[in-house]
Amino acid sequence: MQDFTESFWSSLTLIFTGDAELWSIVILSLQVSLMAVALAALMGVPTGALLAVGKFRGRQGIIIFVNSLMGLPPVVVGLCVYLMLSSAGPLGVLDLLYTPTAMIIAQTILITPIIAALSRETIQAVHEEYRDQFTSLCLNNWQRLQALLWEARFSLLTALLAGFGRAIAEVGAVMIVGGNINHLTRVMTTSIALETSKGNLSVALALGTILVLIAILVNAALAVVGTRRREAMHV
Amino acid sequence: MYLAKKFAFSTFLFLVSALSAVGSEYIIIQSTTSTQNSGLLSAILPKFEAYSGIKARVVAVGTGQALRNARNGDGDVLLVHARAAEEAFVREGWGVRRFDVMYNDFVVVGPVEDPAKILDMQNVTKALSQIAKMEALFVSRGDDSGTHKAEQRLWSETLVDTVSASGTWYRETGSGMGATLNMAASMEAYTLTDRASWLSFTNKRNLAVLVQGDRRLFNQYGVIAVNAEKHLNVDAVAAQAFINWLTGPEGQLAISNFRLNDTQLFFPNAQR
Repeated sequence: MQDFTESFWSSLTLIFTGDAELWSIVILSLQVSLMAVALAALMGVPTGALLAVGKFRGRQGIIIFVNSLMGLPPVVVGLCVYLMLSSAGPLGVLDLLYTPTAMIIAQTILITPIIAALSRETIQAVHEEYRDQFTSLCLNNWQRLQALLWEARFSLLTALLAGFGRAIAEVGAVMIVGGNINHLTRVMTTSIALETSKGNLSVALALGTILVLIAILVNAALAVVGTRRREAMHV
Repeated sequence: MYLAKKFAFSTFLFLVSALSAVGSEYIIIQSTTSTQNSGLLSAILPKFEAYSGIKARVVAVGTGQALRNARNGDGDVLLVHARAAEEAFVREGWGVRRFDVMYNDFVVVGPVEDPAKILDMQNVTKALSQIAKMEALFVSRGDDSGTHKAEQRLWSETLVDTVSASGTWYRETGSGMGATLNMAASMEAYTLTDRASWLSFTNKRNLAVLVQGDRRLFNQYGVIAVNAEKHLNVDAVAAQAFINWLTGPEGQLAISNFRLNDTQLFFPNAQR
């Protein structure tokens, strides 16, 4: 129990002394994971929308497949990305292994299915609600899609947050493709793993506390933005 | 919004810089956790960077994984500790040549109560046989690392069959030295560790060094440049510059000057 109190205080000390090393790690974590969320959203949301409103053969099968991919083990994703980017691999010439870009690729692969599956769920629910209205307004598919995305935007935000949560908390994949290189590819989770392996359990816990605080901050910021917008709409 | 835009822009810049960083000169060193966790590399690499102007990026994994990564060309230099595997690596053409760099030793650690009564035994294989006979808990790295290979070599000199004992008193963690020491500390088990990892490990709890000094516990580190003829991306010149520095007077001095709590962890022994 002493470990918890001790590490809570040392995490506060770390935050308020503005340790430069720590901040560069925090910023890298945020940059990598937010970039992964952005890329995953670009691919996942349209896929989700297509699966929600589209009528084509094999749709149910694809939905089951995408839902299953939500459980992709990070280490397996890391290994696949490593084999692709390794200089013995097909994309070796790009020289991306052990760079932040490699970590973004791995996290994007990991969270695209999550965002796609959750978007599908949300958009489908909204679609069922509005279907008759759309038909009476004679909207074409493109107009329907625009309306649906707009109506579902707040729930879609939750889907993005779920993806962000998984990305920023993930360690197995970024460890393999990033290599946990100091000042280059070391992020929050890999530092926590490193400190644990040194036996510095209280430092590791302190970093973990900071990771949770960041997650709370990101979520709170989006919640505030969401509520303001919602209020603005009703004025 | 303004902040968000600023952040997005800096992220964009960061991506561009990450992509363009490919042009600047650096080497990737595939190394072991013992050299990183002990703080050796962060103590000596800045000296190399200042000396050569080449940036050093360290990927610290087990020796087995380091050799595999290097075989794939994902690194310019190897700094590891499993002599037989290193020599095979060079013989098969993946590496240019192997050089001795430094040494330290392995130690057997275990709970201070010492249920198998091995304290201060001079013969490490007798101590291991004793642990097996008493069926006292022993945790093995089980991850094909340099320490794991050394441990297997020692067991092979005993009559103990660790394969059939696996899962009973002999437990393979399949993880790094630090994680294995954490587990040994919580299980009150014996384990084999290199001395540098042991001394820099801060969660020792009830563990202590019980057996040391047997000459079979010698732990030699070697450095190898990855063969640029096998992988075009390997920077042979920078890799050789690193090896020359590490095995030369500056690097050797930096290694022997490295102290953790006034204890020297690595002893340079390069021959040139």
